[in-house]
Amino acid sequence: MVQSIDRSQGRAGSVSAGSVNTYGTYTGNRALQLEEPLIFEMGQAGRCGVDLPEPPKMKERLNGLRRKGEVGLPGLSEPQVVQHYTRLSQKNYAIDMGVYPLGSCTMKHNPRINEKVARLAGIGDLHPLQPVSTVQGALELIDSLAHWLKTLTGMPAVAMSPAAGAHGEMCGMMAIAAALEAKGERAKRKTVLAPESAHGTNPATAAALGFVVKPIPANARGRVDLAALKAALGPDVAAIMLTNPNTCGLFESEIVEISKAVHEAGAYFYCDGANFNAIVGRVRPGDLGIDCMHINLHKTFSTPHGGGGPGAGPVVLSAALAPYAPYPWIVKDGDKWRVAEDGAKVDGMPLGRLKAFHGQMGMFTRALAYIMSHGADGLRQVAEDAVLNANYVMAALKDVMSPAFEGPCMHEALFDDSFLKDTGVSTLDFAKAMIDEGYHPMTMYFPLVVHGAMLIEPTETVAKEDLDQFIGALRSLTAKAKTGTAADDFKAAPLYAPRRRLDETLAARKPILRWKPSNNPPGTDPLKQAAE
Amino acid sequence: MAETKYTEEHEWIRVEGDVGTIGITQYAQEQLGDVVFVDVPAAGRKVAKGEACAVVESVKAASDIYAPVGGEVVESNAALADTPGDVNAEPTGKGWFFKLKLSDKGELDGLMDEAAYEAFVKSLG
Repeated sequence: MVQSIDRSQGRAGSVSAGSVNTYGTYTGNRALQLEEPLIFEMGQAGRCGVDLPEPPKMKERLNGLRRKGEVGLPGLSEPQVVQHYTRLSQKNYAIDMGVYPLGSCTMKHNPRINEKVARLAGIGDLHPLQPVSTVQGALELIDSLAHWLKTLTGMPAVAMSPAAGAHGEMCGMMAIAAALEAKGERAKRKTVLAPESAHGTNPATAAALGFVVKPIPANARGRVDLAALKAALGPDVAAIMLTNPNTCGLFESEIVEISKAVHEAGAYFYCDGANFNAIVGRVRPGDLGIDCMHINLHKTFSTPHGGGGPGAGPVVLSAALAPYAPYPWIVKDGDKWRVAEDGAKVDGMPLGRLKAFHGQMGMFTRALAYIMSHGADGLRQVAEDAVLNANYVMAALKDVMSPAFEGPCMHEALFDDSFLKDTGVSTLDFAKAMIDEGYHPMTMYFPLVVHGAMLIEPTETVAKEDLDQFIGALRSLTAKAKTGTAADDFKAAPLYAPRRRLDETLAARKPILRWKPSNNPPGTDPLKQAAE
Repeated sequence: MAETKYTEEHEWIRVEGDVGTIGITQYAQEQLGDVVFVDVPAAGRKVAKGEACAVVESVKAASDIYAPVGGEVVESNAALADTPGDVNAEPTGKGWFFKLKLSDKGELDGLMDEAAYEAFVKSLG
């Protein structure tokens, strides 16, 4: 047993080495790890952060609809509210705090120059209902971004308004459906093909539009099985939805052949652009024969991701699909920019609007700032460094962990759980132990085609020494797991997080989705209550 | 005399007379982990062999359940809505999914018997 050293100079109540997390504090806080109640459990009824005037006396016109009970708003002062949300924000692990290795979900640094540009008064203070004559610069900005997105993808048209990746998928697939409708083929082409490793949004989008989804198996190299794809193509197929590089982190090396076969069968090629970061500046998807692709500005083009900001999912379209793009788009008449929405000058059947206003202006600004600050050479290096970093991780771990496929990867390194065989440690346990090491776990159990998958995407924005520490932590955990005697430690992880292992099963089976005064009387533990 | 057959998608079907009871195998529930949600087809629905007709969702993933043979759903296990954990605890007992009136018993011939299924699972490593 390790001798515990008394660092308290004999004073009672101090912590000594070896007894971390074993004593309670009066507050329940652990140093600066603060326990935070829900806002409804704080403060006093009737307290208010602002001084509202008494309403003037007037005749009541509520016709009996006047509220009878309490409103039930929390009663808090302004500093209490500020402190509450600041404390909550400190519980969050964020891209600004460290390595965020989620695979298939490019989580990269959001450059501060983007933020500076987005806060310029002429951009940050815009209102979408301003007269068009007062927002000429903003419209030009949208058009400039559209230009660069078309240029980088090698596609002739773009729809800027979709609100995020899945919305962009919906837009692209609606354009395909409209094009089929125009050809009188919508009724007979009901099948959409998607590889087994596809992002879940692909089959979901197709199904939401009434298509029947047919999975295409992967070959032993982790790519689409071309023979199986050709066998599945027929007069009933509307489109294929394919991500390239795919969710196994591999480039679909037969993509030109795939697009040729798809088009010969009279179907369209939807490319999922979620992993565009791996090829931006290096490959133009238009050259590969795709018909449309959404671009997650919050991935490849570094706009804030997740809780940090809204997504944005412009969709580039081939000439065949361009007539079916949604409203609105930006047009220059002479020297004046305008927002076109009448469709009078367009052949075919535009989809109408998919979204209020013009798209995510704040994200457009940041993405354009990113493109302009990088330039062509910089964007090319983004893709190169993203692929280099992933392969550095792969090379540094492949002797102790088990790569799912042979050979180099693109932007993400995929491992299966065979290196954990007979250790009693699962992918989930391994991921939880990473939290104790100070890392957000990688994507796990996805893609489904790989057993116990661990998908690591470092992106180009992690420095080599930070990657080295990450790799060191994973090698250390791997060595510990392989002793065969550490399963209990892994099952207990995380030890040092504000909460230990959460009961994900209970949370999914009996979720508590809404706070109610009655189910949480003061002093009760909502988690415990759900268990009872 | 009940007869149990298995699919490569890890479903089992136990046939008594012309009605088959369908669920997922022990191997399948182990691979899925804790099941948190099950969606079963309503009685009266007609399904074709190989048609996705139920969904099982675990903490890891959501998976389709395919009809091992064609027929009409005569009963579904409504209890799974409240106790999806039955699929983990008793995959071949209380954790059954639905019962099907078989339209063509000949379709059973293409399925594996217990010995063949065990060998199949073994081959997956």
